[in-house]
Amino acid sequence: MKIAVCIKRTPDSETRFRINSAGSAIDESGVKFDMDDFASYAVEVALQMKEKAGSGEVVVIAVGPDSVQETLRKAMSMGADRAVQLKADAIPFDGLAVAKALAAELKSGGFDLALFGKHAFDTSEAVVGTATAELLDIACVTAASKLEIANGKGSARRELEGAAEMVEFSLPAVVTIDEGIARPRYPSLKGIMAAKKKPLESKPAQLGASRVTVKGMALPPDRPAGRIVGEGTAAVAELVRLLQTEAKVL
Amino acid sequence: MANILVFAETRGAELRKVATEAVSVGRRLADASGGGEVHAMVAGPPGVAQKTDLLGRFGADVVIAVEHPALATFARESIAATIAARAKGVTYRAIVLGFSAQGRDLGPRLAAKLDAPIVSDIIDVEVAGDAFIVKHPAYANKVIVTLAVSGSPMILSVRPSAFDAVVAPRTARVDMMAPAIDPAASRVKVTQVIEGAKGRPDLADAPVIVAGGRGLKAPENFKLVEDLADAFGNAAVGATRAVTDEGWRPHADQIGQTGRQVSPQLYVAVGISGAIQHLAGMRTSKTIVAINKDKEAPIFKVADYGIVGDVLEVVPVLTQAVREAKQGH
Repeated sequence: MKIAVCIKRTPDSETRFRINSAGSAIDESGVKFDMDDFASYAVEVALQMKEKAGSGEVVVIAVGPDSVQETLRKAMSMGADRAVQLKADAIPFDGLAVAKALAAELKSGGFDLALFGKHAFDTSEAVVGTATAELLDIACVTAASKLEIANGKGSARRELEGAAEMVEFSLPAVVTIDEGIARPRYPSLKGIMAAKKKPLESKPAQLGASRVTVKGMALPPDRPAGRIVGEGTAAVAELVRLLQTEAKVL
Repeated sequence: MANILVFAETRGAELRKVATEAVSVGRRLADASGGGEVHAMVAGPPGVAQKTDLLGRFGADVVIAVEHPALATFARESIAATIAARAKGVTYRAIVLGFSAQGRDLGPRLAAKLDAPIVSDIIDVEVAGDAFIVKHPAYANKVIVTLAVSGSPMILSVRPSAFDAVVAPRTARVDMMAPAIDPAASRVKVTQVIEGAKGRPDLADAPVIVAGGRGLKAPENFKLVEDLADAFGNAAVGATRAVTDEGWRPHADQIGQTGRQVSPQLYVAVGISGAIQHLAGMRTSKTIVAINKDKEAPIFKVADYGIVGDVLEVVPVLTQAVREAKQGH
């Protein structure tokens, strides 16, 4: 089975962000970047599938400037077989534009399965995977928390609000990966050495025109300082009074 | 003048709260674009057309009712094709849906089908000439991005609870529409729907959320959280990542950066220290209450009201007090 995993390089999720002086973007100085959390789950799922099958190929694909090569190498050090960089100076905030570039690459790749994170930490849009599936006109399962492929068919569990669905689907398919499905492995030293020799192809991204443009970025307003009502069970009565009379939520 | 199409989502035969919020956003955008019509599509099993009154109440001029027995479960491919077919026949400035599990699935499909720009999970929107200016929380709610979107139609999904459902009564006329493709035929077949906890609202809909963290010490103590949620009567139950990773609660209950992002009227954090990833999921709650034995815990920096104490002692007393307060009303 040939599996593509579309990954993204995003800031470390623990970053305390600052906005640049123009108010147009985050200040990237001192910010660490790494593989996006959900993308790393997707890579792990793909590797486990290949290991279980005992054969196949895992190809990682990322859109972005040359810095994404580091992230692609990391995926290869985890065990992916090869990588493709779809080169772009910047990744637009327009999810459909990015999906067009990925769909153009996947179309020619002969993949059985393309995995994505359910969304990326930075843009937090949850668009690219599903839009790519639609552009390719293949089956799509979003936010899978369990996934199995057997006999050329897939089955998955996907989380809804307050419920879950079990689904079956035909291949080829796009699946976007949710929390809880797998814990990403750490690259081994051997994996890191091997990754240096694995093929990384770089070619221009065929991005669509971006019709979504960033006008500005800002930090959300701080919450007003709260107060400690008191300590222990003695504070309960006062808390309930405040919830009734001040916050008016009870 | 511009018409707006809204997908008013249902679960079973009931409209979801985000559906009325989305219709309200549609009404506002139609008015701000010079007074177009709001067309609200509702898809479900036969009988769903009866949702006309409620959609009209929040400003829909037309209810497009798509009825089919196989629409009792969410037939994503058919619904996406049906919305797209409608949008190819009638000119819409924007298509508005909820940023829910359904909306996350439909929005990008529509963007690809209609070659339409999309912004997900918006918390504010204004019309500015040919463009719409929207606000979208990114970087796990740590940054608010202002985006200009141009192109018609554009797809906007609205964050649940970020917009009020505003009463703007219309007598909506009904326009029946057949599904554009058979909802029973799909490349993705739903084989089973696993219902969540009975009798509790979902995290997206609940006005009150009680969430538990590692401070509860043991999985059986999560019952204290359940009991407090029961005392409120209309509360959902959430958990931190530490708790879901330990298997005390399902992953679907996780609130935080990699889990659900919520904005209830009241959020009660029980034994939650307030890691930055958790705060990312709940800091937009209107009122936050924290109960934690560590008075230095970061949760107290975002909480409106805090009690420093052992949750195993404080929560049962609070549960009783809330129960009494509720009965007093």
